[in-house]
Amino acid sequence: MSDTPVEQITTKIWRETPEPDNPFAAASCYCCGYDVYGDLLKHASYIDYLYLLFKQQQPTPEQSALLQGLAIALANPGPRDHSVRAAMSAGVGGSTHASAIIAAIAVGAGNLGGAREVFHAMAYWQQCQNNLEDWQQLIENPPQLEREDVWLPMEHVPGFDPNGVSCPTPVKETLAHLADAGKGANLRWLHENRTALEEFAECPLAFSGVAAAALYDLDFLPEQAEMLFLLLRLPGAAVHSLEQERLGWRKYPFFANGFKLNP
Amino acid sequence: MPVHSKLEKFEDNWRTSMGGWSLEGKVVLRGKDVFKELGNNSWMEYLLFASTGKESPKIARLMEGMWVICTSFPDPRIWNNRVSALAGTARSTGVLAAAASVAVSEATIYGLKPIKGATDFLYRADKRLAEGETLEQIVKTELKQYRSVYGYGRPLVTGDERVEPMMNFARSIGCGEGKYIKLAFAVAEYLSNSRFKYQINIAAVCAGLLADEGLKPMEFYHMATLAFTAGAMPCFIDTLNHQEGCFFPLRTSRLNFTGGETVKHWRV
Repeated sequence: MSDTPVEQITTKIWRETPEPDNPFAAASCYCCGYDVYGDLLKHASYIDYLYLLFKQQQPTPEQSALLQGLAIALANPGPRDHSVRAAMSAGVGGSTHASAIIAAIAVGAGNLGGAREVFHAMAYWQQCQNNLEDWQQLIENPPQLEREDVWLPMEHVPGFDPNGVSCPTPVKETLAHLADAGKGANLRWLHENRTALEEFAECPLAFSGVAAAALYDLDFLPEQAEMLFLLLRLPGAAVHSLEQERLGWRKYPFFANGFKLNP
Repeated sequence: MPVHSKLEKFEDNWRTSMGGWSLEGKVVLRGKDVFKELGNNSWMEYLLFASTGKESPKIARLMEGMWVICTSFPDPRIWNNRVSALAGTARSTGVLAAAASVAVSEATIYGLKPIKGATDFLYRADKRLAEGETLEQIVKTELKQYRSVYGYGRPLVTGDERVEPMMNFARSIGCGEGKYIKLAFAVAEYLSNSRFKYQINIAAVCAGLLADEGLKPMEFYHMATLAFTAGAMPCFIDTLNHQEGCFFPLRTSRLNFTGGETVKHWRV
């Protein structure tokens, strides 16, 4: 036997016991203390399990309703969304299905309408909470990136749509529903102060802003919110990619006449 | 209701000087005809021109040397390579393996963040030196603000075996004597005599060499995007050539659960 200690994966999320005949197969799996296949499988909803994985505790009915609503609101951003277009671009070319999801994640990760925007918006919530003056101050004097990062600096107020005109109806409907369903203080405050914040930002609230408020109400950290936002938007990317794969590239925009090379 | 979206003028209207392909079969990159003017370039020269607009066989050769000497270790334990190795053992595709390894290479403790960060640091440090600050002040401020200096220090080991061969290669093609590479080593000298004891790593060396050739942090970042693929691909192929699933398998006891042994029951 070697004296070198066995390297292990340290986790507070997952525990396993081995099958008697195979140490490489789990006989039971416990997620945060709950028996996954003996208990959760029969009694928990998918959304509650998702919450458990991130927060390591069972959600309250309000938390569950809030995450459920958010998951439905984000599940399909629609085929005009950048991340879904990325997935469809994989689909029409006959790329691997995994590449469609990778494409959706890569494009949907960014500062404009993507997961990194949610990350930044969460930082705004952490700093300003429910203080309108603080929001105004931060929006007018946004944090400056002092050393370069692989992420580019934000070009607009996180959580708001720089290309928007007025707050789109689905965003308002989602905000109203989540503020009601989740009973969260921050979503309610956002609902009451949306127009004031939009004036500061000089553009309308976006889905990323609603998602950030919801996830702040759920006590998510910015990096948790970034990850969950990436996950929740994938179903739409998957099905639209599959649909366009079936239809083929001839029925998908190539922008044949829209591309103009400067002389 | 009047339409006044900022996006309206861009509908079916993408104007660019970067380049493109025409139905007539002409391909243009940054104003040059690819077939007539760039067809004899090496791939690295083409990538350099595509990414930065620079035409320099010397920079391309320097970059190629960096990719061979510094970023292509075929070791499946290195985290970005490990992703490709896992893809192979799990019988995914080579492209998916490489794509995932490239994405993972945008890391903090190695890879793209130090590459971009070290270049940025050398430019900022040079500017502040010119404004009259001392090297000590600059490094101390950086450490106080960020608790690290990109390009110095390394996980697992202190020294970096790539520094000497990279410098030898750089000198062999007429690089390695500029002010930024000298600054990179001056910072290393200061740190080695300080209580921090960080040694220079290859990111600062490459950053210094390329800054001396006029590359900005973003240009180096764009050029380095694919730099790790030649290390990842052999890791994928190696695990693919072994029995499926046999790359560092983990038995259940390799999970160190730290959350307490209490079994909970879901409240319905």
